[in-house]
Amino acid sequence: MATTLTRSAPPPTPPRSARARHGGWIALFVAPTVVLFGLYTLWPSLSSVFYSMLEWRGLGTDRSFIGLSHYERALADPLFWRSVGVTMAIIAVTVPIRVAIALVLAIMLNNPRLPLARLLRTAFFLPVVATTAIVGIVMGFVLDPSAGPVNTLLELLGLPPVDFLGSSDTALGSVMAVHIWKWMGITMIYWLAALQTVPMDLYEAAEIDGAGTWHKFRHITLPMLTPFAVIITLLTVVETMQVFDLVLTMTGGGPFFSTLVTEVYIYEQAFTSANPNLGYAATLGVLFGVLTVIVVGSLLLITRLVRGRKEVTA
Amino acid sequence: MTSTLSRPTAERASPAKGTDRRRLPVSRKTMRWVQTAILVVVALIWIYPLLWIFAASVKDATGIFAGGLSLLPEQWHWDNYSRAWSEAGFSRYMINTVIVTVATVAIVVVRCAAAGYVIARYRFRGRRLLIGVLAATMFIPTGLFIVPVVELSDVLGLLNTHLGLILALAGGGHVAAVLLYAGFFAQIPKELEEAAVVDGAGFARTFFRIMLPLSGPITATVVVLTFLATWNNFFLPLVFTFSVPDNRTLAVGMLAFEGTNSTDWSGLAAAASLSLLPILALFVLLQRHFVEGIAGAVKS
Repeated sequence: MATTLTRSAPPPTPPRSARARHGGWIALFVAPTVVLFGLYTLWPSLSSVFYSMLEWRGLGTDRSFIGLSHYERALADPLFWRSVGVTMAIIAVTVPIRVAIALVLAIMLNNPRLPLARLLRTAFFLPVVATTAIVGIVMGFVLDPSAGPVNTLLELLGLPPVDFLGSSDTALGSVMAVHIWKWMGITMIYWLAALQTVPMDLYEAAEIDGAGTWHKFRHITLPMLTPFAVIITLLTVVETMQVFDLVLTMTGGGPFFSTLVTEVYIYEQAFTSANPNLGYAATLGVLFGVLTVIVVGSLLLITRLVRGRKEVTA
Repeated sequence: MTSTLSRPTAERASPAKGTDRRRLPVSRKTMRWVQTAILVVVALIWIYPLLWIFAASVKDATGIFAGGLSLLPEQWHWDNYSRAWSEAGFSRYMINTVIVTVATVAIVVVRCAAAGYVIARYRFRGRRLLIGVLAATMFIPTGLFIVPVVELSDVLGLLNTHLGLILALAGGGHVAAVLLYAGFFAQIPKELEEAAVVDGAGFARTFFRIMLPLSGPITATVVVLTFLATWNNFFLPLVFTFSVPDNRTLAVGMLAFEGTNSTDWSGLAAAASLSLLPILALFVLLQRHFVEGIAGAVKS
């Protein structure tokens, strides 16, 4: 996505006089983005580093500079590390499942002669459109141990009821399952877009050579999709790092911190804790930002290495 | 880009037909129907939780418990909706959500189109820096900037207002929107602009009368994607409405409803349906733009 501009032709350069004449207009057109984005994204991201060095118990209250001691506290905070672990576990489990199953779905639904293909795509995409926070609350209801349909089904099958969200053994798995359900459709759409770029004559040529469905998939579809697999995995990982809405509404991070993801921990420290600390929340935010950069960076690095090796062997 | 998903599929249908007919004509077709049947069953299970919640919204409490998996209520209890709509305040939350979403979408479209236009058509000082910074912040998690955003809004006196929330939502990166516009405007032939200048159109006139109308498909995509993201946003509205329950959006109102009313299952289901139905209906109406917008963003 970010490469659009670098790849496309350089912008037409109007003669110097025209540029000078339009200077004011150019500034005016860029100004709203620079001001809004600067005030509400760029400046807050940078100033978080300053806020992270404050002892600060709530909006409007006194704050004092304490240097890096919040960082020392965070690095020794078992709940912070737990939240990082839970976030990473959700990524490690849900991303591969989403990417793989969505690919299978996309390949099946990409067949134009498949009856009802359009309707089926809509059905799988529908949960994506639904508000995540509301889905989280609704799922609490659907998974309810006494009234929910899932436990009704278990009862029909003669199985004991399961307190999906109330037990620390099952809560994280339930959140992961709902997360996969909620977002599978968007990964499917990514794959459908990628599949459109595979030239059809390759398949026709392969068919003439007598290749079967599996051979076509293995030797045409898969290699053509590899670059997209990287982008799709990256997008999916980044989206998954921010599972805030679903976790907060389904479990609030509990029971016994079993679903505590980092963004929920930050939110609690800043706004709902009995002992709030905005400075410490900012520290956790900065560390989480660093973590995101590390995750995204290492994924990009792996991609580079894989690509580089391919070019060498080719 | 507007037809990316449908066009190639049509082309693909014809040439393969011949080979198909030659061998195994019946079994291929049967296979497709078997595949469809399996997918239909999976899809029904997939959307079952949504259907169940809509069904629960017209049942009474005992009906939800006794009805189990059934989707049909024995009696239709529309009063659940009136309870959620007026008593639980969802009419208020709906208005708030509409105000916040529409205003945010309007600001995002205008500012991203303007920025994208200038980035694509003109070289100016700081252009590369702007693109670089926008792209670099694409992956910033909300947790990183939430504390300073709240502090800033508090200092500006906007923390508990709609305006404060709208500015915070519109001030996000929206990198994809800027880049979609920039990509589009970069492709438009220079001659069009020159012709406009010859006809006496100035900078603003060229943009608003020629460029912006031309970018209709991109605008549709940006509107739809921004609408979806804003309508469904939760973190910012949650924090911006702590001390003013009247300003809650639907998602935040749902959470509060659950907190205060956890035993009113059918009211909860009706409230959830009220909150979900508008966005789902809008999606079904405009799904071409949703799907192609996402697809286009990934492909480019």
